[in-house]
Amino acid sequence: MSGVGTDSLQTMLERAFPDATELRVEDRTGGGDHFQVTVASPRFDELPLLEQHRLVNQALAEPLQNGTIHELRIKTKGSR
Amino acid sequence: MTDDLREQIEGVITNEPVTLFMKGTPQFVMCGNSDRALRALRGAGAPVTAVDVLPDPAIRQELSSVSGWPTIPQVFVKGELIGGADIVEELAASGELERKLEAALGTDYRESRSERVVGVS
Repeated sequence: MSGVGTDSLQTMLERAFPDATELRVEDRTGGGDHFQVTVASPRFDELPLLEQHRLVNQALAEPLQNGTIHELRIKTKGSR
Repeated sequence: MTDDLREQIEGVITNEPVTLFMKGTPQFVMCGNSDRALRALRGAGAPVTAVDVLPDPAIRQELSSVSGWPTIPQVFVKGELIGGADIVEELAASGELERKLEAALGTDYRESRSERVVGVS
């Protein structure tokens, strides 16, 4: 299976975090399977880091599950 | 057989002070994120029990079903999921990782510093 575009991941994250103040998807290698995502949202303010990352993983569950994302790096930020 | 694998995974997570599920072994790391998690744990002086998930895809499937975490690596301290490479790195950088280890394993945890590999099948 070929890789996935940053646009489709961006769309999934926008749906999951409509209140995001920052949302970035970078294709780290250009191969469509190693990504860095950055999400800033007030939803993260009261959540432990583990739960913040869990929400991002859930938003990208499908491409993670079917293997189109080989490697995912996550950076989350609160609104403060 | 699957139940058996699951029990083994749960046993390691519960019984080992610090478990790192990774691709490869500490001597031969097969993935950048596994390497980052291992380095963060080493930097904190943690005793590391490593489990290689590569020998059988079922290990990864069962692990994710136990932990609810989709990616590798996964780090557990005394049965509690700490997170993947990004989280462990962030916690290491802020000093939070060492505080967690002290709280879970005692302030002298660095004295039991070691690295070993256990297999599940």
